[in-house]
Formats: sequence, C-alpha cells, structure tokens
Amino acid sequence: MDGVKSRSNNINRRGKKHRVRIGNIVLMIFLSLYALIQIYPLVWLILFSFKNNTEIFGGNVAGLPKVWRWSNYESAIRQANVLLYLRNSVIVTAATIFFVIMLASMAAFAIGRMKWKLSNTTYILIALGMMVPIHAALLPLFIVMKNLNLLNTFWALIIPYTAFGLPVAVSIFVSFMKSIPRELDEAAAIEGCNIYQIYYKVILPLLRPAIATVAIFTFISSWNELMFAITFINKKPFKTLPVGIMSMVGTYVTKWGEIGAGLVIATIPTIIVYLLLSDQVQKSIIAGAIKG
Amino acid sequence: MNTVLSDKKAICFFVIPTILIYIAVIFLPIVMSINYSMLKWDGIGKGTFIGFGNYIELFSDSRFLNSVVHSFLFAFVSIFIQLPISLLFALILANGVKGEKFFRTVYFIPVIMSTVVIGQLWSKIYNADYGLLNTFLKAIGLGSLARDWLGREDTALIASFIPILWQYVGYHMLIMYSGAKSISADIYEAAKIDGASAIKTAFKITIPLMKPVLKVSVMFSLIGSLKVFDLIYVLTKGGPFFSTEVPSTYMYTIIFDSYRYGYGSAIAVFIVVECLVLTVLFDKLIKV
Repeated sequence: MDGVKSRSNNINRRGKKHRVRIGNIVLMIFLSLYALIQIYPLVWLILFSFKNNTEIFGGNVAGLPKVWRWSNYESAIRQANVLLYLRNSVIVTAATIFFVIMLASMAAFAIGRMKWKLSNTTYILIALGMMVPIHAALLPLFIVMKNLNLLNTFWALIIPYTAFGLPVAVSIFVSFMKSIPRELDEAAAIEGCNIYQIYYKVILPLLRPAIATVAIFTFISSWNELMFAITFINKKPFKTLPVGIMSMVGTYVTKWGEIGAGLVIATIPTIIVYLLLSDQVQKSIIAGAIKG
Repeated sequence: MNTVLSDKKAICFFVIPTILIYIAVIFLPIVMSINYSMLKWDGIGKGTFIGFGNYIELFSDSRFLNSVVHSFLFAFVSIFIQLPISLLFALILANGVKGEKFFRTVYFIPVIMSTVVIGQLWSKIYNADYGLLNTFLKAIGLGSLARDWLGREDTALIASFIPILWQYVGYHMLIMYSGAKSISADIYEAAKIDGASAIKTAFKITIPLMKPVLKVSVMFSLIGSLKVFDLIYVLTKGGPFFSTEVPSTYMYTIIFDSYRYGYGSAIAVFIVVECLVLTVLFDKLIKV
C-alpha cells in the first residue's frame, strides 16, 4: 500500500515539476518578447543610422545595412554640430547637479539637524514645490529672463532646472539625515567644530549615498528637459541636445541616416551611464518617485 | 550644543539661498501667471485688465475643452492599460525568475532616453511609406491596414499615446517591483505552505499589500497625463486639426505662436489648479 502511494506521489511530483518547467519556458518567452519590444526600436535606430536613403527607401527598412556608413556620423558631427549640443548638455546638467546638491544639502542640514521654530513649515513649503507643474513658470520666466538678457545663456536653463530640482532633493536629503545619529553632531561640537564644519566635515561625507541618488535623479530630468529648453534657447552655441536634435530634424527632414546618427550620439552617453550604474539609477528613480 | 544647533546666522546661511531661488523661480512666477491670466495682452505694452474674461472664454473654447478631454483620455488609457502591464511584469520579476536583473534593466531603458529621441524614433516607426510598422504589416500580409498613423485624425491620438505608454511601462514596473520586493518573505512562505498558487498569492496577498505603491503609480499616471507635453510636441505638435492637442501644447501654441499671453496664462493656471485639486482629491478619496 505504502509503496503504491509513494509511487503515485512521485509521479504526481514529477508531473508538477514538468508543468513548472513548461510554465517557466512560456514565462521566459513572454518576458523576452517584451524585452524585444522595449529594446528593438533602439536597435532599429542604430541600424538605420548607418544607411542612406537609397537603401531605406529601396526596401531595406528593417534589415542590417549593406554598407556601414560612418559618413552619416561624420555629417551629424561636422554639419549638424551634434557634439556641440552634447557639450552644452553636459555643461548645463553638470552645473545643475552641482547647484542642486550644494543648495539642497545645505537647506536639508538646517531643516533636518538644526533647531529652529519655522523648520517644519519651511520644509513643507519647499516640499510643496514638487506638486507645481513647470507650465506655471514658463511665460513669467521667459519674460523676466528676456528683460534680464538671460535668454540664450546657460543660466537660462541652469537656474530653473536647479529650482525645480530642489524640492525632491531637499526631501531626499532630509529623510537620509534622519538616519544619521545625532550624537555625531554633539561629538563634533565637543571636538571644537563649529556649525559650518559639522555640515562640511561630518554630515556631507556621510550623505554620499543620498548625493548619488540626487545626482542621478537630477541628471535624468535636466538632461532630457524640453519645454524650458526650446523656449529659452534658440541660438546654436547654447542649444542643448533636445533642442539641437529638434532643429537638426528640421533641416535634415528626409535624411534618415544623418538624423539617426544624431539621435544615436544623443542617446549613447545616457545608455552607457545607465548600464554602468543601473542598480544605482533604479534606486534613485524609486527614491525620487516615493518622495514625489 | 543647543546654542550651536540654533545659531540663527548659520540657519540663514544654509536656508536662504534655497528659499530665494524657490521664491524667484517657482512661487513668484505662479503669482505672475495668475496676474497675466486676468489680462488681454500680446506681450507688448502693459495689457488691459479683463478680470475673468480669459477663463470665461476658456470654458467655451471647444479646442481647449477637447484638449482637456484628450488628456483625461490619456490618463484613462495609462491607468487601465499601461499600469496593469507594468504590474504584471513587476509581479513576475519580483517572484524571482531567471534573468530578473536583466529584464528589469532592459525594461527600464526607454525611461532614461530623451523624449525628443523617442519622438523622432517613433515618427520614423509610424512613417507612412518606409516606417517599421507599415513594413511589418505588409510583411505579414496585413498591408491593407498600413496607413499614415500620425497624419490621420482618426489614428493620430492613439498613435501618439503609444510611445508615451511604451516609454513609461518600465518606470511604473520599477516602482511596483520595489513595492512587491519590500513585502516580507515570511508572508510568501506562509502562503506557499498553505498551498496557494502563484496567481492566488498575487491577488490575495501581494497586490493588497502593494496598495501604497500602486497609489503612487496611479497618481503619477493621472498627474503626468494632465501635464503631458514633450512627446506630443515632438510627434504632432497637436495636429492634425487639433486631434492630438493636449492642454500643454495648446498653451504653448497660444503663447508662442498667437502671442496671446493672457489667454495662455489662463491655460497655465488651469493646468496648475487642475493638478493640485486632483492631487488633493485623490489623496483624500483613496485611502490605503
């Protein structure tokens, strides 16, 4: 009796295992198919960035290029100045990240670690800024910057990007500071540190993980920002990638290869940064989302 | 110690730069926008005060009302189609499959890409003559379906939604994935011992416990849809014949193409108020 039971159990278990394995294969195919949907447009972009119109319009829309035309890239760099836009984006984004981290960490230090009456009110007011759509600021900033002759300068983007990056950054820093023991400040004060030294020498180094989070979050939002950029910048030497690409598309209209090359040059740096730091990037996005 | 930590001068030094830039760039512009929205003004001279005239016009402007309908339609599609897809993948990946990290990383790639690049890429995908989509349709014998997706009024709206949905599936997946992962393993273990299937566990245990993150995702989808600008601007600029117009693109056209600063500001104020009201309402009505 026992033998029969255990055998039927065995068969049962094997059947179950079998089902699980098939289930896993189906699941893998499903996940891979969706991965293809997410990634294929990018692959297709890279492929057509090496083709010329005769090839694309001659029927080879989706396949590998017959000749790998690096000349498209030469043209995107030489004539369409994509590298200039890339440089401008780097300048604007780096400056924004620097100012956001500096200002937000200072404000968060005062809010999270120092004792004053309006600390909580200030925090709530700053955090409310996360709910304000940038639309509200577009026209007023345009008019003010026009009057101050700031249009078509890097400051026209760095200032608003910094301002709109501050609310999330402050709240990420404040909640991180709560996890740093307060005894540290006391010990530092006893050692003879003044308040500025406590910020700079004790707290700032400990904030490093939060700084990485804020840096990545700010990078993604300012690198890709379009509305302010197309409004405040229309002179070539100051165009960032999104604006530059928009005008490149306007002049190249039907030259798919060159446009594709421009798009690839604009995309590859972000993809590389992302692939190198993917876990950190994903963590930053989650932190930013949960704060928002 | 307390005297060090409540040093007024130091507090000012740390907080004032942030407060100043915040007031100058976020707070004052809102006040200015409200002020502009009461003016009939083309940007030259001072403009004339017309009270709520712009707002009254707004609510009888069918082009504007349509743009609002489009943005709500978009919110609907994104909450009821995009989020379930994201949830499905989040649950599968959080359950621990082979290549979990690989899939998570790949699904997220579109999120970090610039919307301008994505817009250009998709306008090539949709291209009537040489686009990937029509080429594919012809290849599988459905050539009769091929059309100028973004150029026709009947398909342009849905065609311009799809790239945005496509881009952000990975974003919501990641938020939900982190929510599912933060549920204690003991709970799953208990469910397994009780013999609950994976699907039952998902519906009875995981999803109910994920409510807080799901709320975040729904809120983001809703507010994001009402503010949507980038991809629509790049793909269609609101056309053809306003069939893809959303409030932001309409505001942009009114301000920078028609130079109606007052009317455009009324739209801007509408968008801000709409977002704030819905955020508060949503938060109050949906308790999790």
